[in-house]
Amino acid sequence: MKLYDQEVASRLLVGTALYSSPAVMKAAIEASGAEIVTVSLRREAAGGAAGDAFWRIIRALGVKVLPNTAGCRTVEDAVRTAELARELFDTPWIKLEVIGDDETLQPDVVGLVEAAARLTRDGFEVFPYCTEDLSVVGRLVEAGCRVVMPWASPIGSGQGIVNRAGLRTLRARFPDVTLIVDAGLGAPSHAADAMELGYDGVLLNTAIARADDPVPMARAFALAVEAGRLAHESGLMGARDFASPSTPVVGTPFWHVGAAE
Amino acid sequence: MADAFPVSVVGAGIAGTWTALLLAEAGLSVDLYERGDDTLARATSHWAGGMLAPDCESDGAEPAVIRLGQRSITLWREHLAETPMAGSLVVSHPRDRADLARFTRQTSGHESVDAARIAELEPVLAGRFASGLFFPDEGHVEPRIVLPALRRQLQARGGRIHFGQDVEPATLGGTVVDCRGLGARAALPELRGVKGETVLVETREIALHRPVRLIHPRWPLYVIPRAEGRFLIGATSIESEDASGVSVRSALELMTAAYTLHPGFGEARIVEIGTALRPSFPDHAPRIEVDGARISVNGLYRHGFLLAPALAEIVTDYVVSGRRDNEVMRWS
Repeated sequence: MKLYDQEVASRLLVGTALYSSPAVMKAAIEASGAEIVTVSLRREAAGGAAGDAFWRIIRALGVKVLPNTAGCRTVEDAVRTAELARELFDTPWIKLEVIGDDETLQPDVVGLVEAAARLTRDGFEVFPYCTEDLSVVGRLVEAGCRVVMPWASPIGSGQGIVNRAGLRTLRARFPDVTLIVDAGLGAPSHAADAMELGYDGVLLNTAIARADDPVPMARAFALAVEAGRLAHESGLMGARDFASPSTPVVGTPFWHVGAAE
Repeated sequence: MADAFPVSVVGAGIAGTWTALLLAEAGLSVDLYERGDDTLARATSHWAGGMLAPDCESDGAEPAVIRLGQRSITLWREHLAETPMAGSLVVSHPRDRADLARFTRQTSGHESVDAARIAELEPVLAGRFASGLFFPDEGHVEPRIVLPALRRQLQARGGRIHFGQDVEPATLGGTVVDCRGLGARAALPELRGVKGETVLVETREIALHRPVRLIHPRWPLYVIPRAEGRFLIGATSIESEDASGVSVRSALELMTAAYTLHPGFGEARIVEIGTALRPSFPDHAPRIEVDGARISVNGLYRHGFLLAPALAEIVTDYVVSGRRDNEVMRWS
């Protein structure tokens, strides 16, 4: 999968929040096989040096860091956080979140497009978190985003893909943009679902971090992402309304008919 | 062993105070050094919640924390017979039901409670919550009352307490127990601070008999009754070592939590807003590190009052008889 100019093998991106301890987080990230982790800047940074100990733990993971602007509510706030992230992590990558509604954590897509355009002009490589709206994704691509991250459902809700047709349309209309489903995936089957739709990758946090046992759950997601991708590349069969036996029935001795698959 | 075997303990937070006390009870000659004054206003322990809740804490905690916590409760009650053991009540708002279900699976030692039982346990919460959990075998202490009480017991056993002495343990001779928390971070590269914030309020409109936890998607949030109509609302848990103060956002979240527990908190008076850094190792479990005659007790994270007595007992057993607890002790 291509993220701007970088090629990564794992199509699963994971977050670093909500774990019961850094030791559990580290074990889960290792089990997930993820090469990229997102880190929230807003609270922990607090002026730069304050979260140093936690940064050391993140850096020691040996994975790429995708800083995010989680919790930002305005364009200015998001741009400022992105600048701080670039300084702290020495990376042009930024997962851009501009939250429009506190209840659903729905992206403010108008502010998002504006912030994405400004940050791209400033040399950032922006990963915008957006809804599955076709026009919004179009505007983000026009603004220079080569990676776009539509949601499956609201952050942390675990509902899986709510608007399948919308995500399918996005994939069909933007074949050359790296599309990653971000937010709302609650089960490995949801992740496989997104991958089967042809998405390049998935990003999730809560479903692993808040599982009863996060480490095996991380592995379950890794397997699901791989399975979904393989299925997509292998060409899924179309669904049909009636049974279609894979073994012809005509000419089969009657005592074998019931056993036909 | 000589009956006046000398031991120095550095740091008079909850870990150092308990360690000094149990060593003195074992017949050793104990000196306890503390850089701050006897208000301990800069110490993490001063700002602690003081819950003795090993069952509740089994949500996400290492097994050692639960085992040591249960032992600690016995030690607290042996030393301070009046330690309240009224249990803990856990309630959730309907929209956090999924998180309550998870908490129920992750913890043990609880019974499910309905609206009637909640009203019986805490009459002020009548009609406010339809379901929750009651952990009957838990208690709580008030840090600013029990720390001086433990110090009086230490002095009665002949222990000497030296406030205002910023002692570097490496410069002391004999057996030394380093209980400095984050003050020892130069010697413990894996140790980090995790910021916790609390709000102390006062109101006569509300009476609670035990700590009440509110299920929250990110933090264990609780309201703990204190003496004289006061309540401690805590605590955030933030990966930051900036202890410069409490953010507006954290204060809003904490006070909103209390207000949603009972609207009477809306009229409470704010007494104090506090923050402290909890000394933590990456697995959030405590460690006793032994290097010859130097022993370090650290990484109590948010479990200081829950773990300190049991850790002090392990240190004392080791110093007196060489007994080892392989789950929490390490050798260098």
